[in-house]
Amino acid sequence: MSWFEKLHETFIASGHYKLILNGFKNTIIITLGALLIGVVIGSVIAIAKYFSEGVPSMKAVEVICDFYVTVIRGIPVVVLLLIFYFIVMTGAEGVPVAILTFGINSGAYMAEVVRSGINAVDKGQMEAGRSLGMSKLQAMRKIVFPQAIRNILPAIGNEMIALLKETSVAGYVAVIDLTRAGNLVRNNTFDAINPLMLVALVYLVLVVGLTRLLKVFERKLAKSDKRN
Amino acid sequence: MINATDKSGLPDGVNNAAFDWTEKLITVTGLEKRFGGVPVLCGIDVEIDRGDVICVIGPSGSGKSTFLRCLNLLEKPDGGSIVFEGDELTDKKTDVNRHRQKMGMVFQQFNLFPHMTVLENLTCAPVMLKKFTKEEAEEKAMTLLARVGLADRAASYPNQLSGGQKQRVAIVRALCMEPDVMLFDEPTSALDPEMVGEVLDVMKELAESGMTMVVVTHEMGFAREVSNRVIFLDEGVIAEEGTPAEVFGNPKSERLQSFLSKVL
Repeated sequence: MSWFEKLHETFIASGHYKLILNGFKNTIIITLGALLIGVVIGSVIAIAKYFSEGVPSMKAVEVICDFYVTVIRGIPVVVLLLIFYFIVMTGAEGVPVAILTFGINSGAYMAEVVRSGINAVDKGQMEAGRSLGMSKLQAMRKIVFPQAIRNILPAIGNEMIALLKETSVAGYVAVIDLTRAGNLVRNNTFDAINPLMLVALVYLVLVVGLTRLLKVFERKLAKSDKRN
Repeated sequence: MINATDKSGLPDGVNNAAFDWTEKLITVTGLEKRFGGVPVLCGIDVEIDRGDVICVIGPSGSGKSTFLRCLNLLEKPDGGSIVFEGDELTDKKTDVNRHRQKMGMVFQQFNLFPHMTVLENLTCAPVMLKKFTKEEAEEKAMTLLARVGLADRAASYPNQLSGGQKQRVAIVRALCMEPDVMLFDEPTSALDPEMVGEVLDVMKELAESGMTMVVVTHEMGFAREVSNRVIFLDEGVIAEEGTPAEVFGNPKSERLQSFLSKVL
């Protein structure tokens, strides 16, 4: 049997390509959903920390933010996933649990990224906003944060790549993502090489594609960047 | 000081609505500020009338900028009081944001918003704070831009401008809020020498229009020519103050004499 015949048998004739496609779809959905949640949580945490730092009355906020970041970063994401699936959100579908878990996990890392972006914006920007009569929150929203996001777009891209690969453990909680799909095909067909190589190749292509896309995006940003 | 009965010179950029011209605009009493235990301001008393143009001079580290930044609470005073238009600013219950709208500030480093066009820089705060509608704010911004000779740069981004142009935009940005007083923190110190003049010209015109101004500066020529009062700060206290003629023509204290001999 030639390699092509083998491929045909493993993926097409058995209808396993549908499984792989479905897994691919789930991987993309989980990655994008988690990225969105991660960016939102990360921004909220970073801004909350910015406002609470050095303000005695907001000590609790600071402590909660630090606690969140410490705990989430200290627990392996698989363990977190199992905890959410079997304890916190019992009865929920696997995909939403995965989105939420990876989002919450990513948020902790994103918080540090956003914070560094905010800190990189010149202090005079906040002062200029405040001197015009804006509240701290208004100046953050309209002046500091948009500049911070621009600073950290490359870092967010990296986080997205890491996240994409991290979702490969979603199979632990009955989600059929790309990895799980490949592994199921291996199990069903007793053909280990082709499904696993295909899965690896798809991740590789996705990551390389994303990296390329980021490069183009960064270059575009740099070109249209009107800053010094 | 501007004559109470003569307000004809006021442009529409200056709020000349009915107010009590005899009331002090800003009264600073016993102002103190420390940075990490190091005293920077040690009891400053200043009264600022409407229409005053006050230049604050002094050696670096004397507390000039800190004094100015305390006026709109960018630095929190450690002691003393600042009464602006009848309200105590250091009182926790005072809404500082509302008062800051009435106190324009111009920074040494311009601090324009780099991600916005010139026009957006100008209209952002007035629109956000609901002082004007977008249309009103834009109209006002364009009028003021034209007055500083930058109407054609409305769609530019700050980094496409020269230093002098940036600072003129920064002045207009503050004016767009129709402030009652303008605070200048060494507005020409970061400029190339050939651009100092264009900024000082705008400031001079502003002073002539009746705007109340407090200017921290090293431009002694400007202080002498435009201000009606000069304050010499040294080591956190007002070492001497008076009219430009008094301060520059007849300095009393040794410290001021030695300072002037170095800068003039």
